[in-house]
Amino acid sequence: MSTNLIECKALTKHFLIKSFFREIGKVHAVEQVDLAIPEGQTVGLVGESGCGKTTLARTILALISPTSGEIYFNGKDISKFSKKELKAFRKDTAIVFQDPYSSLDPRMLIADVVGEPLSIHGIAHGEDRDDLVLNLLEKVGLKVEHLYRYPHEFSGGQRQRLAIARALAADPVFILLDEATSALDVSVQAKILNMLNRLKKELNLTYLFISHNLDVIRHLSDIIGVMYLGKIVEQGSREQVFDAPLHPYTQGLLSASPSLDPDARSRTRDVVLKGEVPSAINPPPGCRFHTRCPSMRPICAKKPPKLKDIEGGHLVSCHFAGCV
Amino acid sequence: MRLPEGFPFTSRYRILKRRLHPITKEFGLTLYVLRKSTLAVIGALLVGMFLFLAIFGSRVAPYDPYEVKIKERFIPPSKAHWFGTDKMGRDVLSRMLFGARYSIRAGLIVLVIAVPIGVLLGGIAGLFGGWRDEVIMRFTDVFLAFPSLILAMSFSAALGPSLFNAMIALSIVWWPMYTRLIRGQALSVRETDYVEAARSRGAGNWYLVRRHILPNCLSPILVTLTLDMGWIITATAALSFLGFGAQPPLPEWGRMVSDGRIYLMQAWWVSVFPGLGIAMTVLGFNLLGDGIRDALDPKLRRITEVKWKQRTFS
Amino acid sequence: METANVLLAVENLKTQFFTYGGVVEALDEVSFGIIEGEVFGLVGESGCGKSVTASSILGLVQKPGKVISGRVLLDGDDLLQKTEKEMNAIRGSRISIIFQDPTSSLNPLFKIGYQVAEPYIYHQGKAKKAASNEAVSILKQTGLPDPRDKAKNYPHELSGGMRQRAMIAMALTCEPDLLIADEPTTNLDVTIERQILNLVKDLQEEFGTSVLWITHDLGVIAQICDRVAVMYAGSIVEQADVRTVFRSPKHPYTQKLLRAIPAADSAGENLEEIPGSVPRLINPPSGCRFHPRCDHATSVCSEKKPIELEVSPGHTVACHLF
Repeated sequence: MSTNLIECKALTKHFLIKSFFREIGKVHAVEQVDLAIPEGQTVGLVGESGCGKTTLARTILALISPTSGEIYFNGKDISKFSKKELKAFRKDTAIVFQDPYSSLDPRMLIADVVGEPLSIHGIAHGEDRDDLVLNLLEKVGLKVEHLYRYPHEFSGGQRQRLAIARALAADPVFILLDEATSALDVSVQAKILNMLNRLKKELNLTYLFISHNLDVIRHLSDIIGVMYLGKIVEQGSREQVFDAPLHPYTQGLLSASPSLDPDARSRTRDVVLKGEVPSAINPPPGCRFHTRCPSMRPICAKKPPKLKDIEGGHLVSCHFAGCV
Repeated sequence: MRLPEGFPFTSRYRILKRRLHPITKEFGLTLYVLRKSTLAVIGALLVGMFLFLAIFGSRVAPYDPYEVKIKERFIPPSKAHWFGTDKMGRDVLSRMLFGARYSIRAGLIVLVIAVPIGVLLGGIAGLFGGWRDEVIMRFTDVFLAFPSLILAMSFSAALGPSLFNAMIALSIVWWPMYTRLIRGQALSVRETDYVEAARSRGAGNWYLVRRHILPNCLSPILVTLTLDMGWIITATAALSFLGFGAQPPLPEWGRMVSDGRIYLMQAWWVSVFPGLGIAMTVLGFNLLGDGIRDALDPKLRRITEVKWKQRTFS
Repeated sequence: METANVLLAVENLKTQFFTYGGVVEALDEVSFGIIEGEVFGLVGESGCGKSVTASSILGLVQKPGKVISGRVLLDGDDLLQKTEKEMNAIRGSRISIIFQDPTSSLNPLFKIGYQVAEPYIYHQGKAKKAASNEAVSILKQTGLPDPRDKAKNYPHELSGGMRQRAMIAMALTCEPDLLIADEPTTNLDVTIERQILNLVKDLQEEFGTSVLWITHDLGVIAQICDRVAVMYAGSIVEQADVRTVFRSPKHPYTQKLLRAIPAADSAGENLEEIPGSVPRLINPPSGCRFHPRCDHATSVCSEKKPIELEVSPGHTVACHLF
């Protein structure tokens, strides 16, 4: 059993809506989430807009402070980190964003952009730092002549490589990829995904990959978590979640996702989720999914279900898991 | 770490040169885009002329601007006096040449005082948000609530009429604008992905301001600065015109317009030429400012860059 | 294209943009035909010219772009020869278009009830009351809950999915012969996208409208289209019915593209990579625009542009291999 690099327990984040310094509402972005990210694995977090995956990711990286709950990095509680420990945590973790056009400072040369973490942590400066940056550029497949250029001279795919090179600077152990390939064309995406796989094996990295694209998640992840309105509704290995989904939302999501098989058309009319995602400000009582669930029963509106291990690490949060 | 074979640069000096290259390239592109706009070029020429006069005017002036020659008062524009003479017999052209420096001095001093204050306060408000933002912005709102010229007049009157006091008054009136500008920029830069990326790798607030926020605020500041020069010159002239700024016998252009006001019917040249001078200078700064704003616009740069690259290689 | 009831025939459409930096050859003799009542898909990556095709058909190409040559025949009538006034009569009534971002396509200042009723008033000359009743009824058909209430809302008061339904309603008011859909579900969540796809399919069957569906998402193409054309760098490289394109693609680009998509069994393995990158259209590669990246490129590929040849009934490929 590999150790858990990152572990969240009962992580909750509410955003307060203020009007003239008074609180008039709360956005229940993340609610009581337990998530364990084992070392050396890729955990995929999938969900639609408003499900809280971005907030969860930012909280794990301590960019947002949680309302309640704990986050453990290598067994230590993040909230109790000293300044020095926090800085070391920042050195060990990195984030790659979705939009390659806004994630690089347009006023900085590539050498400075990619070498930034090295400067911040005092690992290398000046000429030595540029040498290390060259190394990183080679790792992500970019040519050395690009060292002293501005970001706007590169294409979207190349910029994403630069963002990954920056993430790799300072030798992190954990990388958070927030929709890192969603803005890229299919052919470019393929190259980046292949590269991410290669880097993971070479450098023994741990990934948390967030996406709304089920195919990419299935391709890349070892463990998958499905989020809906701030809660994890299903979690398990690739085979468990994709081949035998137990939660109605996961089933709906999988059948809604357009498959590349033209003959699968008739089957996809089966589980079509009706309605829209409710607002996170006033989430439905009981099970948050009950307003759209095709198998809803009276208890679903009253009691929120708990995340239960159904079999062999396959966790589902539904009163009727396995019965549908 | 070993550099790969045949690596183009090996010494510290050459690395520095290599780093400078893209920066100079960007600058060259800015100049190219500026050159392409006729209006911007006209603006640059006007500003250039004005600056030349301000610095060297005193040496080129044919007559002494202060010498009073009652016998030669109100001579219309002629070969001896291109712009004529005023009520004291002083050559208008010479006075204008000497007076140009006061306008530019006013502009520089006001900006040197107002911009740092604005950047500091606006930066704090934008970066930290929260109560600091509220307090600073409400304080700024108080100043912005008054019409700028009236406020400047009141300060001027309180301090006592003189060019120097007018400049102080204008500085007090001007800094809120920069505070607003910088705050907006800081707010938007703060939200960008690259700042969040830097923060996620351990960058502290001071580092963020230094390396990310300030450089990205520079271009709007530059544009506003240039456009503002025109406004400040006008405002100084206006204050002097009203009697709050430069006092006689200072040949400040606004003052000159005011001095010649009563004689407008008989000796129009005493007011008109300084007035034209002010108008041309302000126009120059406005055109140049617009040109710089366009030249720094990323979209326009990208489109023009292709043409520029072709030009340097052909 | 030999069948009798071809609704829209695009022949050798050539569109270029004359920019500061040079001439962008956006469309290079694009030809395809849409049969009455079918859903025709136009698929390609960003920059391949699919949106330009839509605007060229509707005569909406803005300066510095211009349609250089070609014909767009709607029931035999060449749209490129029409005046602006004639095109205005066609847009919205015979050909409608829905866009990717309903937020920017709906006027934020007017209620959606009014915007959906507008085509009735403009094209069919209906009275205001009758038009708004029709608007509510068509909004109901698009599955918008409480249409009479929602009609009084402004666009920003509705969710993305609802706005898209409003757009669809607006496009279908005059029962157009052809509906052009330019990436309408790209910004929507997958479950909402599924609802919209089903809706369009249902409406299309009911009204008998032909649909030109433009997207970069091959999954959507597989689910909703009858025939597909694959575009690359301004040209159509392959055209066939949807099963053929997915089961037995013949053009190297199509083959590689399909293998680059992560599939159910691709986990842990490398995806197909197409070497190089999409060319700029200012000085596009000579001959076949895909040749710099193609494994099977020969000398003729860089000299001559391949013509579309029929490799099997209804299946055309533009490649020198055939």
